[in-house]
Amino acid sequence: MSSEEKIDIDRLCVLARLSLGEEEKAKIGPQLERIIGYVETLKEVDVEGVEPMAHAIPLKNVLRKDEASDLVDRDKFLRNAPASRAHQVVVPPVIEG
Amino acid sequence: MSAGSLNARTAVELEKMLASGEVTSVDLTQACLDQVEAVDGSVKAFLSVDREDALAQAKASDERRSRGESLGPLDGIPLALKDIVAVTGQPLGCASKMLENFVSPYDATSVERLKAAGAVLFGRLNMDEFAMGSSTENSAFGRTSNPWDLDRVPGGSSGGSAASVAAAETILSLGSDTGGSIRQPAAFCGTVGLKPTYGRISRYGLVAFASSLDQIGPFTRCVEDAAIFLDAACGHDPKDSTSLPDQKTDFRSGMTEHKERKWRIGVPKEFFAEGISPEVRESVESAIRFYEESGCSIEEVSLPNSTYSVPVYYILATAEASSNLARYDGIRYGHRAEGATNGIDLYYQSRGEGFGEEVKRRIMLGTYVLSSGYYDAYYLRAQKVRTLIRQDFDEAFQKVDCLIGPATPTVAFRAGEKTDDPLAMYLSDVYTISANLAGLPAMSIPCGLSPEGCPIGLQIISPVLQEAEMLAVAKRFEDAHEFSGLVAPDMKKGGSAS
Repeated sequence: MSSEEKIDIDRLCVLARLSLGEEEKAKIGPQLERIIGYVETLKEVDVEGVEPMAHAIPLKNVLRKDEASDLVDRDKFLRNAPASRAHQVVVPPVIEG
Repeated sequence: MSAGSLNARTAVELEKMLASGEVTSVDLTQACLDQVEAVDGSVKAFLSVDREDALAQAKASDERRSRGESLGPLDGIPLALKDIVAVTGQPLGCASKMLENFVSPYDATSVERLKAAGAVLFGRLNMDEFAMGSSTENSAFGRTSNPWDLDRVPGGSSGGSAASVAAAETILSLGSDTGGSIRQPAAFCGTVGLKPTYGRISRYGLVAFASSLDQIGPFTRCVEDAAIFLDAACGHDPKDSTSLPDQKTDFRSGMTEHKERKWRIGVPKEFFAEGISPEVRESVESAIRFYEESGCSIEEVSLPNSTYSVPVYYILATAEASSNLARYDGIRYGHRAEGATNGIDLYYQSRGEGFGEEVKRRIMLGTYVLSSGYYDAYYLRAQKVRTLIRQDFDEAFQKVDCLIGPATPTVAFRAGEKTDDPLAMYLSDVYTISANLAGLPAMSIPCGLSPEGCPIGLQIISPVLQEAEMLAVAKRFEDAHEFSGLVAPDMKKGGSAS
């Protein structure tokens, strides 16, 4: 986008699954536009033929055996769940009906 | 408290005192806890302290020692933890409402290793929420003050870690550094702060912010203490696939081996450009002269692409954060909004209520740069510039052994000064970010005080895996100056005498 373009903050909220109040949107929106305007300076760098770098250390994919272990105790883990019942996490209905 | 107070000493000094039986770990831990009691009402470095647990660990250490089973130089030494690493049974909140009641079900690998070395791990240190910030003003539980001047910030995001060491509330502390979150607060608070090579210390049990940049490291009152910390904490971990294969990890003796070398030291000219304050420039230039006089050769080098490190960082770090923080959905753990009637609303509302403003800003920014249509223009381009930044360092290290320069452009700023201007806040990390992007080890050591009495940090950046030599470079400066064992002057009144 060009730096004059407005950021569609409602669409970003949907993508991020994040609800923002009207006041927050009014504050964060222009700040994001300013930050994006600033990072646009990267456009002046010649990156022709440069490989992207995802990671500082060139590590290959590391695999391990798919073995069950008792790394985390279920009851201890469930203690952090906002709601649980019968060793399960309770959630609101996900299927309408 | 006199200069000899236990809680103001270094681990190196205490190692001898504990070994000779002159003091016990219980005495030492109690002295730290007393200092927390005396000064933390004004410093606010700690979110919580489990005193009984700390004293129980100290007692166990003393018992080991009396049986002749000491675990080494860290055994019995108090070490406080940033609220971002997991300790079984202790709270872990990242200074966020999102994780307000979270209790860790397991130990981080770094914690496991420090426990195995006998350290007395205690406290939850304040930080910018989810490590996003440069002043510790983004904590959901109030700001931490700089012990040198309570009206100023301690830096961030590991502000509590830096302040607790500067205020003699602990001997050592643990922090994490994604774009400077160890070195910048260390500089602001007059402590030693070190970020190892990416992959040296396992990130298992460290709450993820930007996984390709995050690295754990120590805050200490002298250089050798940092070597002791690394000796205990570094090493391969099968639970972190980015942790490096086992390397030689005797940093303490490695540091001594390198002691007499006459290094070729590079000074990146971009670190002295517009924005550096006169007092920081003067102090760092005088440190450069010191190295020259001690027989090192000084060479100006150029890292032309490092001027893009802040924009590269704020694209890559926020992109990674927006993905990492997707896990906070109010389902399995963390804050859950009341009254949501379906799963999707639960996500929106829990995240909207649980996260603070800076975290939201970064999630939005990261979502934007990864979104369809913008990915190539921002994210991919930033990854390419990251390569160029790394190449600049590679080229410089063909000519020199290490780089030195300022850790920060200014001394600690006043609380509230930058809170309304995110971009100005981001720029306070301008000299530290490039080492994270390139995966290099880097540290800050105190090198002077401004006319107003604020600490100034000297940054040393070394090639990958050259921590031992970096420590030796730092040690030479420390040995010739008065900054070892620095404790903020106003913090000397609390605590108990030895």
